[in-house]
Amino acid sequence: MSTTAFCFRNDALSKVTGKAKYADDLKFHNMLHAVPVYTDFVHAKINHIDTTAAEQSKGVVKVITWKDVLGKLQYGQIEQDYCLFAHDKIRFHGDVIALVIATTREQAINASKKVTLDATPLPLILDTEEAMQTNSPLVHESKKSNVVNHHKIRRGNIEKGFQESSVVIEKSFTTQFIEHSYLEPESALCNPRSDGVMEVYGSMQHPFSTRRFTAALLAMPLSDVEVFHLTMGGGFGGKDDTAAIVCARTALAAKLTGKPVKMTYDREWSIRESYKRHPYKVAYKMGVTKSGKINAVECRIVADAGAYLSVTPWVTWRSTVQCCGPYEVPNVHCDAFGVHTNHNFTGAMRGFGSPQMNFVIEQMVEMAAEKLGLSEIEFREKNRVRQGSTTITEQKLDQHTVSMGEVLQKVVHEIEYDKKRTQCSFGKSDTNELYGIGLAMSYRGMSLGAEGFDFCSAIINGQWDGSILLEVAQHENGQGCESAMMLILADALGIDRRRIRYRRASTSNIPDGGTTVASRATLMGGGAITIAAQNLKTLMANTLADVLHCKADEVHFANDCLWNADKTSKLTWSEAMQHMMRKQTYPYAFGVFQAPQVSWDEETGKGNAYFTWVYGCQAVELSVHKKTGKVKLLNYVAAHDVGKAINPPMLLGQFYGGITQGIGYALFESLDVKNGKIISDNFNRYHLPRATDIPDITGIIVENADPLSPSKAKGIGEPALELAAPAIANAIYHATGKRYFDLPIRVNDGE
Amino acid sequence: MQTTINHQTKMLQETDLDKNLLDFLREDLDFTGTKRGCGIGTCGACTVLVNNVPTRSCRKQVKDIVDKEVLTVEGLSNADGSLHLLQQAFIDCGAVQCGFCTPGMILTAYAFLLTNPHPTRAQIRSAIRGNLCRCTGYQQIVDAIWKYATRT
Repeated sequence: MSTTAFCFRNDALSKVTGKAKYADDLKFHNMLHAVPVYTDFVHAKINHIDTTAAEQSKGVVKVITWKDVLGKLQYGQIEQDYCLFAHDKIRFHGDVIALVIATTREQAINASKKVTLDATPLPLILDTEEAMQTNSPLVHESKKSNVVNHHKIRRGNIEKGFQESSVVIEKSFTTQFIEHSYLEPESALCNPRSDGVMEVYGSMQHPFSTRRFTAALLAMPLSDVEVFHLTMGGGFGGKDDTAAIVCARTALAAKLTGKPVKMTYDREWSIRESYKRHPYKVAYKMGVTKSGKINAVECRIVADAGAYLSVTPWVTWRSTVQCCGPYEVPNVHCDAFGVHTNHNFTGAMRGFGSPQMNFVIEQMVEMAAEKLGLSEIEFREKNRVRQGSTTITEQKLDQHTVSMGEVLQKVVHEIEYDKKRTQCSFGKSDTNELYGIGLAMSYRGMSLGAEGFDFCSAIINGQWDGSILLEVAQHENGQGCESAMMLILADALGIDRRRIRYRRASTSNIPDGGTTVASRATLMGGGAITIAAQNLKTLMANTLADVLHCKADEVHFANDCLWNADKTSKLTWSEAMQHMMRKQTYPYAFGVFQAPQVSWDEETGKGNAYFTWVYGCQAVELSVHKKTGKVKLLNYVAAHDVGKAINPPMLLGQFYGGITQGIGYALFESLDVKNGKIISDNFNRYHLPRATDIPDITGIIVENADPLSPSKAKGIGEPALELAAPAIANAIYHATGKRYFDLPIRVNDGE
Repeated sequence: MQTTINHQTKMLQETDLDKNLLDFLREDLDFTGTKRGCGIGTCGACTVLVNNVPTRSCRKQVKDIVDKEVLTVEGLSNADGSLHLLQQAFIDCGAVQCGFCTPGMILTAYAFLLTNPHPTRAQIRSAIRGNLCRCTGYQQIVDAIWKYATRT
């Protein structure tokens, strides 16, 4: 087992020494502490919130409710249906009715127990099918229905498609609530600065939505709220809405008390209040022809949106676009619904609607293959997209290298799939262990797609001594994006990486580059840097050509210097900067990368949904104990086309980390919810994979440079996670002879 | 009453004894390198060494460290500020992503290697199974501990 080579990581030193400062590590002089107040209700009409006893409690400075809100009360990324302090109703068990602010955190917690709520319980809406009915009680009376979105695909003729099929398979699948489980709970520290600006320090994936929420809650202009993104202990999609909400509430506390206020969540509060991955119910029907071609797919997807809308329409949209996997299917009828219930609201979680669908599709194709007597590899080969294929939304895949076949074959070869497939137990073994190998593959549309505005900026600020400051509007969650940005810049300018100081931009000095999600940081941030670097080189070449005794278009940047064409003249970077200064020209460049145009027709389900795609394949070997059903993972291989590998050890880190989360999704993780209340409210009951649960993983990096990405790189964060569950499901079938259609997979004993 | 933290003697007051150890380290002594991930001792982010034994500081009180030697991540570097080679191995092998589990993980590994200087990869995985990591998938952490063990 070879270890990864020396890894460049700009923040590793501060983290291994314990010096890195996360939000809860900061202390401000005269700082107060805030804690949220929850209620025992899941669905109820609020009659009266009584804060009197809490206000009189020792050390309490203020208790905030909806009445104290200076600006807007309601929030949401798409529709503003979430009251930051519950006002008319409790809609889920994590709704917050008050914030207690006290001199110590302990005092605030003691006082929070004294806030009382008089409320009238309402019927619990917990089943999505029931909630969809027209006579169902409503989670939001202002909305006509609990159904929040209906995405469709109508391609070809679905009835004819099934009539032409010789084999038709129909199955229903369910998936579970998933907790992001970032090891660092939500945390915010807000400071009312003497010049009137509200400073917000915190752990968040989207400093700009934090700024927007905070400014609206406090009725302040955006320019008067400055958000500083700190070292973050993980996000995985989970520190978008709730993190912004925690910051906004803390900022209100700081504004109303005139003092710095810190709020750090206990793990139980984080699990109770924060949004989850959508549980899905999927009814899937696939028709295949005698010759082994998928001819028709009909599917009905129902996602539990929980109490608030958040980004449910976007999550279910991705599931819709990708509902047939990386395969050519001429006849498609898909309906995807998001439905309100009184569960925790659901939102972005690494994968964003793809892990659920891949669990379905990659089992369906294997079931179809088996019925036809074809190998599952052969079936995938026959049906997969190739160069120039048209997707089910009528997008032609011809703008990038379609490497579905390449990644599939690389995995099949590396893990020796064909040989090991013949050794699978299918329920029969002389020993107590059953053996299986399984595989899954996918394609994934990169970045936000037709969901929203997709652009990003970067600032390169050269200093007179040759050192360079770099800022990008994407944010370090722990994945290594700052290091990747520095490597992209070093490569683009032909400089020594040590010349670069990465500076974390605040929301006041760089424009909004959107949230750091959707595996878009390297793609969009890297694109902005590449363009900024080009702008800088053009500026410097035009300014310094005469110093180098050549024409501007002959100046080149390499080996940490500037040169003329025949290398008879050269400037070091500090010399170059000195010349720039004498010519009164700032070596400063701003670059913007706008994602290429995408399109979507909501009625027909047609469009160029994403501007580029990635291809991935993963395979796993495992054993299942015949009596106990315990699953042991033995070996794991993954291949992903990433366009260009910027920082290989960190790239592999994303493979291993994403796969481990995928394994958790497949086998270990499930939020235990009863009557709308989360029972598994800490890691003793919500089981995350541990070091002994994961085998050594072999990562195969495939690089087909992406012509539409200025840096040539695509992305990896989500592709790495979205394949483990179906690969494991297929392997368990090959081991036991039994298929599992619900997540997490619990293998029964003795079947 | 006294204790030793990161090689320095610290005098304790009566009023300190019932304090939560993790809070005492982070709030009273400014050793913020030790983290709170769950508060109930299941995640390992709060791990410190007490007489070289990995200990969940979130589940202990200051009275539990009287007359004992405590090591936090801040005490691992050498007196001249240079890194312990185990810390260097974590950097070199890409074992650090968000870094929240890192202090607890390094101390657990450090203590394990004191009594098991030549472990197998499987033994390393067992040794760190009490420390959750959500980012790395553990592999490069195992690589780092392995690299340190095989190089020394």
